Amino acid sequence: MNHTIADVAVPTARSKITLQYKRVVSEASFRKILYLAGLSLLILLVAIFFSLVVASLPALRQFGFSFLVGKTWDPVRGEFGALAFLVGTLMSSFMALLIAMVFSLPISIFLGEYFRQGNVSTFMKSVIELLAGIPSVIYGFWGLFLLVPLVRALEVKLGVAPQGVGIFTSSLVLAVMIIPYASSIGTEVISLVPSDLKEAALSLGATRFEVIRKVILPYASSGIFAGILLALGRALGETMAVTMVIGNSNFLPKSIFSPGNTMASVIANEFTEATGSLYLASLIELALVLFIVTVIINVLGKLIIHKMSARK
Amino acid sequence: MKGMAEISIHRRIWADKLFKTLIIVLSLCSLVPMFLILFMITKNGISVINWEFLTQLPKPVGETGGGIANAIMGTLWLIVLAFLFSVPLGIFAGIFLSEYRGGKLAYLTRLSIEILQGIPSIVIGIIAYVWVVMPMGSFSALSGGVALGIMMLPVIVMATEETLKLVPDSLREASLALGVSYPRTIMKVILPAGLSGIISGILLGVARVAGETAPLLFTAFGSPFMNQNILKPINSLPLTIFNYATSPYPDWHTLAWGASFVLIAFVLGLNLITKWVTKKWTVQF
Amino acid sequence: MDSAVLRIENFSASFGELTVLKDINLSLSRNTLTAIMGPSGCGKTTLIRCINRMHELISNAKVSGKILLDDQDIYNTDPIIVRRQIGMVFQRPNPFPTMSIYDNVIAGYNLNGIKLNKEEMDRTVEQSLGKAALWEEVKDALHRKGTFLSGGQQQRLCIARALAMHPEILLLDEPTSALDPKSTAHIEELVSHLKTTVTIIQVTHNIAQAARVSDFTAFLYLGELVEFGPTGKMFTGPKDKRTEEYLTGKFG
Repeated sequence: MNHTIADVAVPTARSKITLQYKRVVSEASFRKILYLAGLSLLILLVAIFFSLVVASLPALRQFGFSFLVGKTWDPVRGEFGALAFLVGTLMSSFMALLIAMVFSLPISIFLGEYFRQGNVSTFMKSVIELLAGIPSVIYGFWGLFLLVPLVRALEVKLGVAPQGVGIFTSSLVLAVMIIPYASSIGTEVISLVPSDLKEAALSLGATRFEVIRKVILPYASSGIFAGILLALGRALGETMAVTMVIGNSNFLPKSIFSPGNTMASVIANEFTEATGSLYLASLIELALVLFIVTVIINVLGKLIIHKMSARK
Repeated sequence: MKGMAEISIHRRIWADKLFKTLIIVLSLCSLVPMFLILFMITKNGISVINWEFLTQLPKPVGETGGGIANAIMGTLWLIVLAFLFSVPLGIFAGIFLSEYRGGKLAYLTRLSIEILQGIPSIVIGIIAYVWVVMPMGSFSALSGGVALGIMMLPVIVMATEETLKLVPDSLREASLALGVSYPRTIMKVILPAGLSGIISGILLGVARVAGETAPLLFTAFGSPFMNQNILKPINSLPLTIFNYATSPYPDWHTLAWGASFVLIAFVLGLNLITKWVTKKWTVQF
Repeated sequence: MDSAVLRIENFSASFGELTVLKDINLSLSRNTLTAIMGPSGCGKTTLIRCINRMHELISNAKVSGKILLDDQDIYNTDPIIVRRQIGMVFQRPNPFPTMSIYDNVIAGYNLNGIKLNKEEMDRTVEQSLGKAALWEEVKDALHRKGTFLSGGQQQRLCIARALAMHPEILLLDEPTSALDPKSTAHIEELVSHLKTTVTIIQVTHNIAQAARVSDFTAFLYLGELVEFGPTGKMFTGPKDKRTEEYLTGKFG
């Protein structure tokens, strides 16, 4: 504290402060820029919807509702019915969901209840994260060269036409891809179950299994359901992995081993070869249906999550 | 808990142990695909990687050799374009969301971002086709960049918003009390304090779009040539993998494994770098 | 010079429906230290935040009346200019975490785009850190980040940062309440030297501290200015019963 304090204020510095005062961007303009940035995202979303509608108008006008239930997809004759793809999409996605849940639910319990911290938990979480980061085309490649031969062998055993590719194979690949999505929210809600509820049950003599079954899962059920919805949304829109193993047939699939197409995979297959505005518009209408369905599922899932956090 | 006294204690303990074992087994099983994928790609792909592979253009069918130089270049170009389309807008939108948390527009914007995030990538590809390819009359790197940019936007916005929300108000007050204007306070004090989170978001966004194929199928379209003109079609790693893997030529399958190795290394590498950035650069308050 | 550097005339402030300051009248002389005291919620922090126009940053804040800095109505001046002439140090030290100690001190210039040459910058940094009694401790580490310092040192850094702007008035909002006794003593000592060169207003809930450092004291209660006068006189013979009760610890 030995420094001399008495120091007359430096006039040059002071005048620099008050004189050098020109605003490059005024506060009002800056706030406008921020506002515009936010608004542009809203506009982007609306524009996407409108563009899809406008671009599919020729098909909408031509086929109307029968587009969704028409069984024939024949570009040569100009008949475009999307039922085969709707069925293919629903079959592959729901089967994938069922298979995925067999693993995603245990993972949620594993990470949310048994191994909440520590090396095992970190390891598991990292691997799941990696699973989610693998590009779709690589899943498809892997499915094509590992799963397809396996499924073909299975089909031989079952006496079904041994194609290897088909709806079943695609649902296998899809299942692996959506496990991280199905398990992530479940993990979070299970780990957030209040410990006093669990302790109350344990102190009554319940085993951990019973606590999970009767306290944790019911409490976390809406969160687990939201995770499943989100995973479903992901599965519905998945393109590359599916298109590489589904067999690409435009006919209504007869069994789970039949080849088929989903809405996403037929677009991937045929878009660049589509000639004529009706063909293109029909494919774009498929994209519109995909858009609407995935938006609804995502909004539903997010609504459930918001309701849950509001409840707390 | 009715009926518990009736079931013997031993059975319940046995069920408890069985359940735990089942959970552990099923959880570990789900890790198998990842290790399988990594193993297969490494086993089949690593032998393909050499200097020619990385620096040569693909050869036509029937000729051996050739490489993925144009695919690597194309992926980098597309990343740059996606970056330009999504980062400035995304950061400002993120600043908007963190500054106007309660407002009506902020609510709608946040909703739009969440919806945008869930749109299938092939639908985004169609949008880029309608908005860029159709008016231009041709496929182009530009349209691919637009598609990937739209996909990167939600990631950037959300990362920016989350990071800036964590910057304490005391920093803002310190700056304003010095007579710093609001725009400068945001850009020179708040934003730098949140930089690590924003950079992590950008890296994760890049990792995500680097592996995308579907939106490029009819925008960037792919090309056997090295292309530096963004108005022309361009190749990318995922497109190459798709084309080679689904072709009937075993030679090309091998190349596809090599390309997969490069792609996976790139994506996983980015993820690791992101973790390191988050650890090292996060500002302590 | 005994001219009034700050005059507050019939000043009131509110948040929406809630009136926090009622008709304050105050006149402060140059180069003195005025302590503002009162129980929690009396409006003392609001008062100083009105002086540097930080109060209005909250959306439903309103003010009426006048505050004159050197005879200039600060509510008729651009708030940015006001804040550059009136510095503030906050309760919790808040150095900029991304900047070095050196850059923190001249942050007021850098952030505002005011160009100084290297010599001016070095001089400002050394003088300000000197006035804040921090120069000796950090002069060899000027390029380290400010957040590595202890709490007391960080607060002195914030004081240096404010002083670098050569403010007319320095506002201190309970600057030692988050610090340990040793750092508190340091800052009290430096403040009592500082007041000879800059007018200081210090909000404090520590009566002993106010007695130690201030020349004048203002006592606020429920938004009203109950009493104001030279510290010595007020503490030994308060005129208002409420002042007396507060000083003797009956409430607050």
